[in-house]
Amino acid sequence: MWFTVEDGLTYLVGTRCTACRTVCFPPRSGFCPNPHCAGEELVETRLSRRGRVWSYTNSCYPPPPPYEAAEPYVPITVAAVELEAERLVVLGQVEGLTAEQLRVGMELELTSSGERWMWRA
Amino acid sequence: MARVSVVVLGAGLHPWGKQGRPFTEYGVAAARAALREAGLAWTDVQYVVGAATVRNGYPGFVAGATFAQAMGWSGARIATCYAACASGAQAVDVARTRILAGLCDVALVVGADAAPKGFFKPVGGERPDDPDWLRFRLLGASNPVYFGLYARRRMAVHGSTPAEFAAVKVKNALAGSLNPNARYRKTVTAEEVLASPMVADPLRLMDICATSDGGAAVVLASESYARRLGHTRPVRLAAVSTITPDFPNTFLDLPAFATDSALAVPPPPRPFREAIAHAAYEEAGLGPQDLSLAEVYDLSTALELDWTEEIGLCAPGEAGALLRSGHTALGGRQPVNPSGGLASFGEAVPAQAIAQLCELTWQLRGQAGARQVEGARTGLAVNQGLFGHGSALIAVR
Repeated sequence: MWFTVEDGLTYLVGTRCTACRTVCFPPRSGFCPNPHCAGEELVETRLSRRGRVWSYTNSCYPPPPPYEAAEPYVPITVAAVELEAERLVVLGQVEGLTAEQLRVGMELELTSSGERWMWRA
Repeated sequence: MARVSVVVLGAGLHPWGKQGRPFTEYGVAAARAALREAGLAWTDVQYVVGAATVRNGYPGFVAGATFAQAMGWSGARIATCYAACASGAQAVDVARTRILAGLCDVALVVGADAAPKGFFKPVGGERPDDPDWLRFRLLGASNPVYFGLYARRRMAVHGSTPAEFAAVKVKNALAGSLNPNARYRKTVTAEEVLASPMVADPLRLMDICATSDGGAAVVLASESYARRLGHTRPVRLAAVSTITPDFPNTFLDLPAFATDSALAVPPPPRPFREAIAHAAYEEAGLGPQDLSLAEVYDLSTALELDWTEEIGLCAPGEAGALLRSGHTALGGRQPVNPSGGLASFGEAVPAQAIAQLCELTWQLRGQAGARQVEGARTGLAVNQGLFGHGSALIAVR
């Protein structure tokens, strides 16, 4: 959902307003969320695959449904990653790193697993 | 803006806890207490506003009419409003507006909740169009995950430490130990906080507010009605701010997957939480230096430090030093969360902003008992609800 994989590379798919260039993730339809823009043409756009950690955390306890937690549960790591070109911050789970291994400002890249996009080192 | 106001004639709480009773009972108990303080009968109330919540197992009967029926149908006019955690402030604003418009003289505002145990969950079923459902489904992003992100960001940007977060809990638990309506009445040590289980790194169990049962109510009236009733020097509601964010909202608020993009429009001069308080200051014609006390929405210990800066008690990054100086503790110059805050109450969503106003009312009247802020004249309460609901109230006496 909201991403595509091509040649083994995962890209988040958002939208870009053709009038004011505002990027949205998740993708939107209909009209631009910029209140100063009358744009009604939002085209699909791939977001940068790399960004820097804005912040990170983990979930030491299994998140409640509808999350499908693994059994036995291993704490999930979550990072908010700043994409410089799009000037926005996107959340995602992190693959292969614990919270202790992350730092604010660290560069991560996008990957995916099943229905989920993920960040990795 | 015109300096018109309504007054608070009565405030009432049902003690916070996990009593396991229907939420209506808490709301009615709080409403009756508020009416007793006001010296009014239920049948005197012309307008009832209920603060609502929307959650799994909570259908549409969480409404003003639910409380009106439980109190005994009286023919009062009714309204219900939903603004997530900010529902209470919006309910106050709805009542205030009707009074100021001259459409009624006296109104009752009620909010109550019987919260489920553990993490708040989204509404059940398959709901792929609901962002609140999706953030759990795709990310496992419970509320504490967002609190953890904010706390870690604060550590990176401002050099805060887990010990500083623990000091917030120690301060608030001490205040809560003096509040008979608080759920948690025990003082705690920093060592206990730092030894509690990690929930969302860097936040531990005792850094994060619980989910609680509780009920809160206020009776609001016009100044002339209060005079006729013989209330001298009632607490005045000087401002209610219920603003939404400005585009682009560049802070990752719950329950968003991403911020707005600042590509086409630069970020607004004030981030959302700062703007919530600013709008209230503007309306009241007051500033942070005028505050005797503040009730802020400490969903986590770290978030109280953020709010302390965002309401202007100090510059960004200085809330830790302000805390260490004792400025924000009971006995300090501007106590923050003298009620004990969410740290001592836990969160009863639709009641919480009303409970904040109850605390301001009692503090400004000098009726806050052992947690009284000496000479309290002006109080601010701030809060933020999911989906872009701002909430700030200023009360003066």
